[in-house]
Amino acid sequence: MARWDLFREMDMLRREVDEAFRSFGMGQLLGPAFIPGIGTGDYPRINLSEDDNGFYVEALVPGIEPQDIELNVMQGTLTLSGERKEAATNQRTWHRRERGMGKFLRTIELPAAVDADQVSAEYHNGVLAITLPKAEEVKPRKITVRAN
Amino acid sequence: MANKEMVSRENTSLAREGVRAPDTYVRPAVDIFETDENLTLVADLPGVAKEDLDINLERGILTIKGAVKGGAPGKAVFREFTLGNYFRQFQLPDEIDAEKTAAELKKGVLTLTMPKSAAAKPRRIEIKH
Repeated sequence: MARWDLFREMDMLRREVDEAFRSFGMGQLLGPAFIPGIGTGDYPRINLSEDDNGFYVEALVPGIEPQDIELNVMQGTLTLSGERKEAATNQRTWHRRERGMGKFLRTIELPAAVDADQVSAEYHNGVLAITLPKAEEVKPRKITVRAN
Repeated sequence: MANKEMVSRENTSLAREGVRAPDTYVRPAVDIFETDENLTLVADLPGVAKEDLDINLERGILTIKGAVKGGAPGKAVFREFTLGNYFRQFQLPDEIDAEKTAAELKKGVLTLTMPKSAAAKPRRIEIKH
């Protein structure tokens, strides 16, 4: 049975208010590009977009060799995994250390069926762009109405 | 009290930095470390091509600006990042040899190697018997 503590309550309230303000605006979308590791939320950051033909996923993976990124598509789920390796850190004085390192794993559920054989991915300047064409059965079809 | 020492060092060498209005500029994450020879800055700038990166070093102020072009086709389903413009400024210590600074942009990561001027390098003095 926890005792009611005024200071704790105040602290909780302050945190809730901070939280409410933090998610205000674009703050979430402008954070650092890459912080993998446990407990850092979902990394790498992704954007998902779609049109009639397919889904497009962009992921921020700066400083990772494209061949070290593992991509899997299975039953409507896309899995991204890999690791950002640390360079040898001998005898240095750190002034700033903000870039995250380590392994990452991210699964993305796709909103509709995709044609797994046709998935392609490109890597440019630290951004991975994945194109997932939709399966034929989920593509919208235009039906023309003929007037008699 | 290594921690305290680090803080004070940071305050003397790289304390001040500028960031532009946070709603339009992304502040790139950086690593800055120092060896006997160099001061090295590593910044994550995913989406920036070589020609859209602008690095400026004058009067001890280092400015990194980068623009991102393009984007995915289609309409957004959900988004976790915005690739717009990167901007960050640092005040560098005086002992940097600005002429010899080397920059490299690879896979969206910028590495700036700034040699220290001769006066700032530690010198080992031999003791003669």
